[in-house]
Amino acid sequence: MQLTDEEKAMLDGQQGPAIQKAMDLLVRYGNALNAERLVETNNIVASVSATTPFMRDFAKQNGGMDAVFSQFSLDSDEVVRIPKIKAFTTHTQLGFDPAQAARMGVDEETVHFYRKGEAFTTGLGIQATNTCTPYQVGNIPTRGEHCAWMESSAVIYCNSVLGARTNTEGRESVGAAMLTQRIPYWGYHLDENRLGTHLIEVATPVESTADWGLLGYWIGDKVQEKVPVITGSGIGKTPNLARLKHFGASASSSGGVEMYHIVGITPEAMSLEQAFGHHKPQEVFRFDAKEKADILERLNSTGQDRKVDYVMLGCPHYSMEQLWELTQLIEGRKVHADCELWIFTPRSTKALCDQNGFTRIIEEAGGHILSDSCSAMSRAMPKGTRVVAMDSAKQSHYLPAILGVQAWFGSTADCVEAACTGQWQGGLK
Amino acid sequence: MSHEPQTITLRGRCVVPGISEGEALVTRQQISGWGGIDSRTGTIVETRHELRGVSFAGKVLVFSGAKGSSGWSNAFHLTRTFGVSPAAMLFNEMTTKVALGAVVTRAPCVTDFDHDPLDLIETGDWVKVDADRGIVEITKRSKPK
Repeated sequence: MQLTDEEKAMLDGQQGPAIQKAMDLLVRYGNALNAERLVETNNIVASVSATTPFMRDFAKQNGGMDAVFSQFSLDSDEVVRIPKIKAFTTHTQLGFDPAQAARMGVDEETVHFYRKGEAFTTGLGIQATNTCTPYQVGNIPTRGEHCAWMESSAVIYCNSVLGARTNTEGRESVGAAMLTQRIPYWGYHLDENRLGTHLIEVATPVESTADWGLLGYWIGDKVQEKVPVITGSGIGKTPNLARLKHFGASASSSGGVEMYHIVGITPEAMSLEQAFGHHKPQEVFRFDAKEKADILERLNSTGQDRKVDYVMLGCPHYSMEQLWELTQLIEGRKVHADCELWIFTPRSTKALCDQNGFTRIIEEAGGHILSDSCSAMSRAMPKGTRVVAMDSAKQSHYLPAILGVQAWFGSTADCVEAACTGQWQGGLK
Repeated sequence: MSHEPQTITLRGRCVVPGISEGEALVTRQQISGWGGIDSRTGTIVETRHELRGVSFAGKVLVFSGAKGSSGWSNAFHLTRTFGVSPAAMLFNEMTTKVALGAVVTRAPCVTDFDHDPLDLIETGDWVKVDADRGIVEITKRSKPK
């Protein structure tokens, strides 16, 4: 791999041992990919958090948070002192909401260790956004900007909706990137790899957020990690942020989609010709009413009992608009005595809810707004939960596997109805 | 078929340098990291995976590629921490997940083969990996008579 003089100097240790370790990892990683060079980046989405007892013990035995960062963010066995970061970095979601640890079944000692870790990482300059949706809280890269992001649902949004460029990075590569402002120039950083490969014809109306989630779940299953181009008469109104957030999250969970195009809507697909460039579609898939019904049935395959114990909203983290819609659906109603309603959103959006009075409306109805995490990440649910209702295809995909629960997927209105009656009555209308 | 041990040589590109050998564990299915393996035991735990319940610790893991969460590298990194990483890794589909995961696992690793390793290697074969030179030598397990 070709290195610039500045990169060679970093590798030689001229900027200190942490940056030397970071560049050493990027060179090993770039060579593994067969990348020709590195590219400059000033936009990172990273997880450096330590919220488990294992990490707590590792820190205790090996030299504190510098040891955790050296090993798990730089792949260095030698403990090096970590300097302040060079690249703008926001933090992904965590293992729990430190403000509501008791509700999530997390003990005080773990929270105490987490707070120490957070003081360390924010001290380095990392922003404690703690969300899977950095693009909702101020990390919005511009078109063409080279980024290094973790979190599959954020990666697909970054590439497809914003037209910025990132691969799915991991904890170690983003750790190295935030200290060096570099990442391998490979994959979705290059024009060629961003062109469409498969054509999706949408022949049945796709309107609600739940519809978009279903479509994404169906597409991911069809194209796996390829680049789908979506068109057709079923796409009516331009989808808003929440719809594309749910669409991408589900396409990247049923498959490994990191980039898609919607003709006339996403920025690298003003026309079908632009979306495919010199490619010809490898395959064409048609999404019709039958496919829609079948994929819903598949997603609800674990749903048996209509009695719902828990309604979870906010995967990916709920948007300001979704929270506003929720207040309209729930104001003046009450969550059923045998059911709980938890809504997950970024910390700063939660602060806005407090300010707007949304928190009061939701709490008066008996629901709870949590931040920083979700049930899949934290493995936390209300005690005794057997059946969960959700408006996220991604969370419905993961929760039965991770927590062994039954899952119902439906619209936000279906979920509010389930929360207030304790019964699942959703389904295609 | 002869009952003499048969040796096959594959040539590929080095992903992670190093030399090691071990018994092959082969799957045509992709492997998930976070949520797909137990990093403390090196066992595949994904619900519908054909290798569910099987450990790759000390084995030469032969697979098509990586899928799933961006936690892939961290999940494999931890297998090294717990001493249950594969002896070597051979795969076909290059992605950032598998590249970074292989690098931090630090097991010798090869890809871009002249012949598909999934066609030539079976679980139980003895496999020597010289990743520095990109050479993989397979000794077929002698068939039961």
